[in-house]
Amino acid sequence: MTAASLLAADPLLAGKVDLAVVLIVALKAVIVLAFLLVATMLMIWFERKVHADMTNRIGPNQAGPFGILQSVADGVKVFFKEDLLPDRADRFVFRLAPFLSVVPAFLTFAVVPIGGNFSDADGGVIELFGHRTLLQLADPPIGVLLVLAMSSIAVYGVMLAGWSSGSKYPLLGSVRASAQMVSYEAALGLSTVTVVLVAGTLTTSGIVAAQHTWNWNLWATGIVPFVVFLIAATAELNRPPFDLVEAEQELVGGFHTEYSGVRFAMYYLAEFMNTVTMSAIIVTLFLGGPNGPVLVGPEWLWGIVWFFAKLMLLLFTFAWFRATLPRFRYDQLMDLGWKALIPLALGWLLLMIAIRVGSDEGWNPILVMVVGVAALAAGYALLVLAGRTARRNRELAGAHL
Amino acid sequence: MLLNQFLILSAVLFAIGVYGVIARRNGVAVLMSIELILNAVNINLVAFSAMTGTLAGQVFALFVIAIAAAEVGVGLAIVLVIYRNRRSIDLDEVDLMRG
Amino acid sequence: MTLLATVNSDVPFNVAQNVGFGVIAVLMVTGALRVVTTNNVVHAALWLVLVLAGAAAQFILLAAEFVAITQVLVYIGAIVVLFLFGVMLTRAPIRGEAGLTRSNWFGGALVGVLLLGLLSFTLLDTFGGDRLPADTRLTLRPAAVSQAEGTEPTAGSNVGAVSDSIFSRYLIPFEAVSVLLTAALIGAIVLARKE
Repeated sequence: MTAASLLAADPLLAGKVDLAVVLIVALKAVIVLAFLLVATMLMIWFERKVHADMTNRIGPNQAGPFGILQSVADGVKVFFKEDLLPDRADRFVFRLAPFLSVVPAFLTFAVVPIGGNFSDADGGVIELFGHRTLLQLADPPIGVLLVLAMSSIAVYGVMLAGWSSGSKYPLLGSVRASAQMVSYEAALGLSTVTVVLVAGTLTTSGIVAAQHTWNWNLWATGIVPFVVFLIAATAELNRPPFDLVEAEQELVGGFHTEYSGVRFAMYYLAEFMNTVTMSAIIVTLFLGGPNGPVLVGPEWLWGIVWFFAKLMLLLFTFAWFRATLPRFRYDQLMDLGWKALIPLALGWLLLMIAIRVGSDEGWNPILVMVVGVAALAAGYALLVLAGRTARRNRELAGAHL
Repeated sequence: MLLNQFLILSAVLFAIGVYGVIARRNGVAVLMSIELILNAVNINLVAFSAMTGTLAGQVFALFVIAIAAAEVGVGLAIVLVIYRNRRSIDLDEVDLMRG
Repeated sequence: MTLLATVNSDVPFNVAQNVGFGVIAVLMVTGALRVVTTNNVVHAALWLVLVLAGAAAQFILLAAEFVAITQVLVYIGAIVVLFLFGVMLTRAPIRGEAGLTRSNWFGGALVGVLLLGLLSFTLLDTFGGDRLPADTRLTLRPAAVSQAEGTEPTAGSNVGAVSDSIFSRYLIPFEAVSVLLTAALIGAIVLARKE
């Protein structure tokens, strides 16, 4: 029927769907869920350890070897705490909001290819119990757009938590947070478009397949989109140095001030889960996903190993940001997003498009580059001029921010 | 699947949206009802696109989504100005043009 | 409606799709009714999200996945968020307010019911038991284009076909929409900025 052609995008579902296929899909779903949860627990421990090392402390060291079970201990403690429901809260929305934070993180992770060999024509398809399938839970034809959609849905958890708490600090924190997340989504999307332009497909498996033999999007798109994406992702995750959502000095605890017990744990978990998911997305989009040289041992294992190695590198980067960078002020944050990252990502996208059109039409590549850069410089000059004029007008009018 | 099951679903949403536009007093709630109407139109367009096997319906559904975004942006800005001037977004009180 | 399905019954009747349609449709209608009746604007926005997500699911049922994901991205991800911003900036009380609906709402209800009766009569009369084609492979993408790009169209997806269609046949409407969006953006800024 009509929707069947959509399902056929996954080789597992192209033929007849029998019990074995259903079981494989269920197994993949369980593995992805368990993997993400374990990775999140380890990420919390890892970040605390790295942060402690960088600030000359020891960090968690009591629960288990090197304190690796610290997250489990925290989880058990928080599970037995009293679950407070503020008197003035909107009960239904207050209970609903934490789930809206956690679910998008899982859904995003479903489209990340975590293994498979993409170097041959097969495009990462592996054999599993006699069925051909991809090492990812789902491979929709619009995978990249799904990632963007889920990151825009993640705003709801923050926004509704602040509103439903019925007190002013959470409301202020959530308005700040959602304005920040909405602003940085544009930069995130524009740098993703550059990747799609280079890869020529919207599926995550296709993007990974286009990056085999070291043809990573990191340099195929010319570094700039990667940097923009990394900064925008950090802001999107509300992580330091963009964590003024939960700036304790100004807003108590931000949007989750009124949350306690298990619901608070869900927000805490969601924050780190989103960090893991976003790192996995960056690995997929820019760092070649599971692509890498096959050394000794079975072929399928190396895809997973390389994926993990790249994921660890990015998680370390996020922890590094947190330990070293001071927090931005709110107007600085908005200036960076709207006046620097979005024009930069847009300009770079236009430049890449010009080069692509030039190579399709057989124009002189150097001429295209020079003209493109000149046009972008002119545009940037106009932007700066407009900014200056606006600032002068504001000063003349005597208005204050 | 029948074509009509989609068309009647969209007719129901359309009627509910029209009711909302007439019966609601709050500016934001009226805008939400308009979204219901636009959404009903979208379901129609996509259903006809599947029926005829052409893409025109899907393309126009995309245009409708874009125009809905523009409409909400301007509409909410107007509601915000009304709120700023009169501390209320009750549309029954916005009758300055009445003769 | 399934009673009318006796016409051109050569197309096999897919139970799963019809059950899926029914469940989503009931959710959508419930959500839409709550949007126009609830006394709390934030709750209305959340019910609206349910309706929009249901519409996206129906689009997937109709094999229009690009429209579906655009619906989620733009409607749920941007428009309803904008609504919530509007609600928070106009300080909606958390307990809801009584004056959200007019006292003479039954006039609106009458118009709605009459409109629904008229529309359903016309639809049933015109389209009766017409069934959707079994497999809508919407591949309008010309072979020449896909070879010039050097990229294979994704299996089972019509995203490429939709984009080709937008950027060839519907280019002028597309540009008009982009101009409209720019105008709306500027208009909204001019309206909302403080003097």
